[in-house]
Amino acid sequence: MTTQTDLKPARRPPVGPLLGRVARLPKAAQAGLLALGVGVAVWLPNGIYSGVAMDMLCWALFAVSVDLLLGYTGLLSFGHAAFWGTAAYSTALLAVHAHVVFPIAVLAGAGASAVLALPIGYLAVRRTGIYFAMVTLAFAQMVYYVANEWRSVTGGENGLQGVPRELFGLDLSDTYYLYYAALPIAAAGLFAAWRIVNSPFGRVLVSIRDNPARTRALGYSVRRYKITAFVLSAFLAGLGGGLFAIAHGFVSLDTVHWTTSGEAVIVVVLGGIGTLWGGVIGSVLLVWLEDRLSVAGFTLVGLITGSIFVVVVLAFRRGIWGTVRALFHRERDGRR
Amino acid sequence: MVDFIRFTVNGLVGGSFYALLALGLAVIFGMLRVVNFAHGAFYMLGAFGAYLFVNEFGLDFWLALAVVPVALGLVGIVIERAFVHRLTRLDPLYNFLLTFGLTLILQDVVKARYTVSSVTIPPPYPLAADANLGLFHFPAYRVFVFVFAVAVCAGVWWLLARTRIGMVVRASTERPELTRAFGIDVSRWVTPVFGFGIGLAALSGVLAAPTRAISPLMGADLIIVVFAVVVIGGLGSIFGSVLAGFAIGLVQAWGEAYAPAIVSQVLVFLVMAGVLLWRPSGLFGREEQMA
Repeated sequence: MTTQTDLKPARRPPVGPLLGRVARLPKAAQAGLLALGVGVAVWLPNGIYSGVAMDMLCWALFAVSVDLLLGYTGLLSFGHAAFWGTAAYSTALLAVHAHVVFPIAVLAGAGASAVLALPIGYLAVRRTGIYFAMVTLAFAQMVYYVANEWRSVTGGENGLQGVPRELFGLDLSDTYYLYYAALPIAAAGLFAAWRIVNSPFGRVLVSIRDNPARTRALGYSVRRYKITAFVLSAFLAGLGGGLFAIAHGFVSLDTVHWTTSGEAVIVVVLGGIGTLWGGVIGSVLLVWLEDRLSVAGFTLVGLITGSIFVVVVLAFRRGIWGTVRALFHRERDGRR
Repeated sequence: MVDFIRFTVNGLVGGSFYALLALGLAVIFGMLRVVNFAHGAFYMLGAFGAYLFVNEFGLDFWLALAVVPVALGLVGIVIERAFVHRLTRLDPLYNFLLTFGLTLILQDVVKARYTVSSVTIPPPYPLAADANLGLFHFPAYRVFVFVFAVAVCAGVWWLLARTRIGMVVRASTERPELTRAFGIDVSRWVTPVFGFGIGLAALSGVLAAPTRAISPLMGADLIIVVFAVVVIGGLGSIFGSVLAGFAIGLVQAWGEAYAPAIVSQVLVFLVMAGVLLWRPSGLFGREEQMA
């Protein structure tokens, strides 16, 4: 640790120590991994059941949206199911009642989530740290109650069924083809996240994460940046949620439940906080694992995901991608 | 008018659970800077403990009320030593995540045994009937819940205000660095206080068992409302958390009586939104450093 960190109060460090140092891989390794990632994404539904591949795609977007806040802005949103679920319901409603083609419905659904994120973000960023997590969790629960009670629109506990997959008369009833139709949308979402993180805007977010007071002293409106990041993140989560609704053909209350919010955080921590691609890897692993478990008839998924979470938080805080990155770099970070 | 008073009493009973849970959360937070997500899980375990005592062992409910909180408090101590303790030096978010993981595990362990369907137990013997409150009749056990919860809160208040351990807890809640600087070994009290907080959660669970449907998910749904309660009251303030617990109980009961279902369920979150606008650090919380 540098002397700078020693000056900070021991009890509540303003720096999000959830986050590792930003260590970059060599250019060649980056290009290689990118090529590998694209290759796997294109090949995926040929290797595994296409419904599972589709879920991985949706969850990857969800995880990246959470990491954008947690890893790059230092805000743990424990209520992202609100945006995932709101987009899922909005997308499904558009597809069911207005027969909107699915990419437009998904975009509109994500837009609805972004609109919802504005007031929630405005209120939530008034608190930081652990309070931010509790406030987002509480607002997400409010969305859950609304979805549960507003039966005429959401179908309540029965959910919203019969969501069509429309795209100018193309037959997408086979999820295999839907995957390839959805891949460009997901890729655009992931690319957008990558661009955000590596833009000047993203640098300001990181600086807010590391030292909010100094960032404000430099003349940036910390609050406005946080709200913007929150809304962008909700939009990305919404893209995932909308695609999820189209892929499954129905939307259940699970999409807005707090366990879904928690799972999104789990995949990010598992993959590596503040790594962006780590969340993608975490999602792929968790979706795969949950599919294996359900195929095996094992219903106590929480037992497994909870255990993974406890182990990762206790002993593997860098996550998968963070560990890979550390292999390329002699870590200067004394704390492990 | 009589109806209004009945709703009010109902609200105070509902608020009793919020107050007890918020009290435990606030005590733990004060000492460890840990927001314990598993608080709801221990509330649920407390309720199942009561069910176990009454329906499966055939023992008395009052025995459960005495034994289950202590037993689960000891479990809490083990969890603090085995897990929570390792993360207290890091960002508080880690322990929030850890206790979330523990919640998922505890829930599923109970689910494995009792599935997701709910069970109930009857109100215990001398309090099974309705009590005559002058204006109307009200289940005697619920009156007991309120009186008991107020007594527990008052007892904890006495502990905090009048005893040495209470002074240490309050001091380290308000000014942790300064307390250490006075040469007080705060760490000695951390584990017992965690166990005590868990015990309070279990106590509210046992207390709730005869009045509510007992199911593996009963705790998590409740704890999220309690999170809203402590944001409203200010988690740094133990008194504020308890008061906000009773207040939210009242608001919910009145909402249920006079507003459509959808409004009454989101009311607590709307109150939280209002508090965030008006006093972001909670009604009784101290100003925290804002970014």
